[in-house]
Amino acid sequence: MTVSLLSVLPEIVVLVGASMLLLVDLFLTDRQRHIGYWLAQLTLLVAAYVTMRTMSVDVLRVFHNLVVDDLVGDFLRIFSFIAVSLVLFYSRAYMEARGLFRGETFVLILFALLGMQVLITANSFLTLYLGLELMSLALYALVAIQRDERAPAEAAMKYFVLGALASGFLLYGMSMVYGATGSLEIDRIAQAVLGRTDNPILLILGLVFIVSAIAFKLGAVPYHMWVPDVYHGAPTAITLLIASAPKFAAFALILRLLAGAMGGTEFGWQGMLVVMSVLSVTFGHIVAIAQTNIKRMLAYSTIANMGYVLMGFMAADVTGYSAAMFYIVAYVLTTLGAFGVVMLLSRRGFEADTLDDLKGLNQRSPWWAFIMLLVMFSLAGMPPTVGFYAKLLVLQAAIKADFVWLAIVGVLAALLGAFYYLRVVKLMYFDAPVDQEPIEARTDTRFLLSANGLVLLLLGVLPQPLMGLCALALVHSQYY
Amino acid sequence: MTPYLSLAIWVPIVAAVAVLVLGRDRDAGRARWIALIGALAGFLVTIPLYTHFDKTTSAMQFVERASWIPYFDIYYHLGVDGISVLFVLLNSFTTVLVVWAGWEVIKTRVAQYMAAFLIMSGLINGAFAALDAILFYVYFEAMLIPMYLIIGVWGGERRVYAAIKFFLYTLLGSLLMLVAFIYLYQQSGGSFALADWYVLPLSLKTQVLLFVAFFAAFAVKVPMWPVHTWLPDAHTEAPTGGSVVLAAITLKIGAYGFVRFILPIVPDASHHLSGFVITLSLIAIVYIGFVALVQADMKKLIAYSSISHMGFVTLGFFLFNQLGVEGGLVQMISHGFVSAAMFLCVGVLYDRMHTRMIADYGGVVNTMPKFAAFMMLFAMANAGLPATSGFVGEFLVILAAVQVNFWLAFLAALSLILGAAYTLWMYKRVIFGAPGNAHVAGLTDLSRREFWLLATVAAAVLIMGIFPKPFIDVMHVSVTDLLAHVAKSKI
Repeated sequence: MTVSLLSVLPEIVVLVGASMLLLVDLFLTDRQRHIGYWLAQLTLLVAAYVTMRTMSVDVLRVFHNLVVDDLVGDFLRIFSFIAVSLVLFYSRAYMEARGLFRGETFVLILFALLGMQVLITANSFLTLYLGLELMSLALYALVAIQRDERAPAEAAMKYFVLGALASGFLLYGMSMVYGATGSLEIDRIAQAVLGRTDNPILLILGLVFIVSAIAFKLGAVPYHMWVPDVYHGAPTAITLLIASAPKFAAFALILRLLAGAMGGTEFGWQGMLVVMSVLSVTFGHIVAIAQTNIKRMLAYSTIANMGYVLMGFMAADVTGYSAAMFYIVAYVLTTLGAFGVVMLLSRRGFEADTLDDLKGLNQRSPWWAFIMLLVMFSLAGMPPTVGFYAKLLVLQAAIKADFVWLAIVGVLAALLGAFYYLRVVKLMYFDAPVDQEPIEARTDTRFLLSANGLVLLLLGVLPQPLMGLCALALVHSQYY
Repeated sequence: MTPYLSLAIWVPIVAAVAVLVLGRDRDAGRARWIALIGALAGFLVTIPLYTHFDKTTSAMQFVERASWIPYFDIYYHLGVDGISVLFVLLNSFTTVLVVWAGWEVIKTRVAQYMAAFLIMSGLINGAFAALDAILFYVYFEAMLIPMYLIIGVWGGERRVYAAIKFFLYTLLGSLLMLVAFIYLYQQSGGSFALADWYVLPLSLKTQVLLFVAFFAAFAVKVPMWPVHTWLPDAHTEAPTGGSVVLAAITLKIGAYGFVRFILPIVPDASHHLSGFVITLSLIAIVYIGFVALVQADMKKLIAYSSISHMGFVTLGFFLFNQLGVEGGLVQMISHGFVSAAMFLCVGVLYDRMHTRMIADYGGVVNTMPKFAAFMMLFAMANAGLPATSGFVGEFLVILAAVQVNFWLAFLAALSLILGAAYTLWMYKRVIFGAPGNAHVAGLTDLSRREFWLLATVAAAVLIMGIFPKPFIDVMHVSVTDLLAHVAKSKI
């Protein structure tokens, strides 16, 4: 096999898996849907294995510079596979109870994943855009998959209209950058930007559009309006998907576009990121306090957390990027745990999506209350959970870049956030239960969710492996 | 060499895990016994820290150092000197007391209650022994989590309000301190070691800003006026054990932060702003003393008296002389015993009557003579009577203050009058007179467990009051060295 095909082998695996699933699903009866499910899991496993085997520290640019195969890409792809696999494991019972346990769901999830992979490894504006659209279209469809329900349909419409607008922004910005630099390839653009002599206005204008589109995909203020509605309206299983793996893709999007292509203009985007970061951390945390729906609360918490990710990027050096990567990984791990527990509390005909449904969880099940406690303190950035080191890294990146005031805004906002995370703990531990139904779950879900929660603690005690991994990935990338 | 400090941290935490795994709510007895054994083991491993302690050096002893997070050059670096070693002992001792004090009193979720205290104990020992800033911060912050649960789950009526207020108040301060840590990390060229920060030159402006950040963390924890408002709520609503640990130990971490972080890292700013700190301390001593006088709730009264007594500690530290710093440290330990004892006494009454209001009592001596005798001793110690531990610290600080300024000492000494007034007046209203009501008339005296519990603390209070030398000897060299360091400018 040629080197270029090896670089995209994980993409090929996922594409083949998705296509096979599409075919096989035609011949499955309703009672055999689990075959499709396991086929999807198998695809993820093979893809992860293949990525692991073909991993190298070299930066390879293949297919006429359309695709880049570097260590960051490999890590992000593996993280996405793990995240999607966990999403499937956690949401199986939930999907079964709501008629979502069908081939279409799995196929769409795999295509969304394929889009992420293409985006993660893009080395050209074209591939980048292609991946982004593939991911987004699959996600729009997934949000609306319960097509008879009103809330998901409304959420999907909002997501689609605003998402299409953002894609338009991105294309518009890309075309300006193309006009200013004469190339669509990220590394060539980077060189052209560094040696730029002409057209800075056009370049900066393009940059503004690109940053806006990024902010939209990330869900940063002031482009955050879709986040709460989509998180709230979509079935929890799909919310979990949107809240997890696509964040890795969004990270890659920023990395490739800002750190990569526009690396020479950080004077231009740094300021924009600072403004969005400050707005996101404060607005996200403040509005989250007023929520009574746990999915909406976590949506605003996402907005705030993405503000911290931007704080890492704003430093515009390898320390900052690896801080942002660590943050994203920690965040996705924590979010998986959060929605995992929320789905555990739901059952046939009952959605556990208000905060009151968590009341007295410690009396119903001390173990799951403990897992949720870890999740909440990790989101709040308290030691000894991984969330603390995520905050430490981005704050350090901000202070290193001489933005001490930004770090202070960051910690004050974290204080606001601590309030509503503490309220969740309060509901679980201090209040008496309302819902008395026993909590039942599949063995694999129990095991993985428990492991997920304990990993938050483990990485909180020994964060070095993950820190080292993120630093390694970025040191061996082209952004060093 | 045996890693005594690691044992002091991890033995209680491992015991806590054992309690959680083995203790069932149906079989609370097992959880209690495992917890007691864990707490005793945790105390026993700290005893060599005193017996093997070299009193002739100010260097860190029992040092353990291992690479922990190489990415940031963070070490698992532990060690104690004359300033911190006694607090590790005090904390492990207090843990035994609280486990014992909660024995029959706590009936719901016993395993979780005991485990929370054991985890707290390990984390607090970690905070006193950490020589790496991030390691300290992890212990310092993590201990909020068990305390939050202790207040919120087993606390009184307004427990939720008190728990959240406690958590957010302390978090605000420590987050600013985290920013200061990262800033110092940048300035020192990538080190979180306290020893490196001690010798790091800093401009006065930087020092003042760092002082503010550290002060935010530690002043809230001490607590100093005017950031003390979380404490009366937290102390009042917490279960007895929670109040004991809060008063006896966690307040000390705030004061410890002053001598471990603020004075040596930003000495010039400390001198520069000493007037500010002394003023706040005097306000705490005098004004909060008056506030304590008017309390109708016993626990609130003791809480305010804690703030007033901790004012002596910060006052002593910022006088920058040997007597003042040693007096402050002695006062910290003494207050650890006395406030613990006072809260235990209120706990004894509360368990029988389920009220903390002074007005609901009266004439307790008629039915509980043994209890009244113990409480007399502790009330006297709280008022600073000679021959009790409460006297030594206050006396040393007042002596130190006289060296600096007579009127300063005069104001500080007012506390002796105020302390006697609020403590003894409360004692009189609760204990003396004819039985106040039918409930008081039906009280039973101390059980054997309660008797020995209070007797243990009483012994500690008396020993420290009559013969404080072993305590002061341990800290003497370290304090001399600290003052020599602080006297040098870092600008």
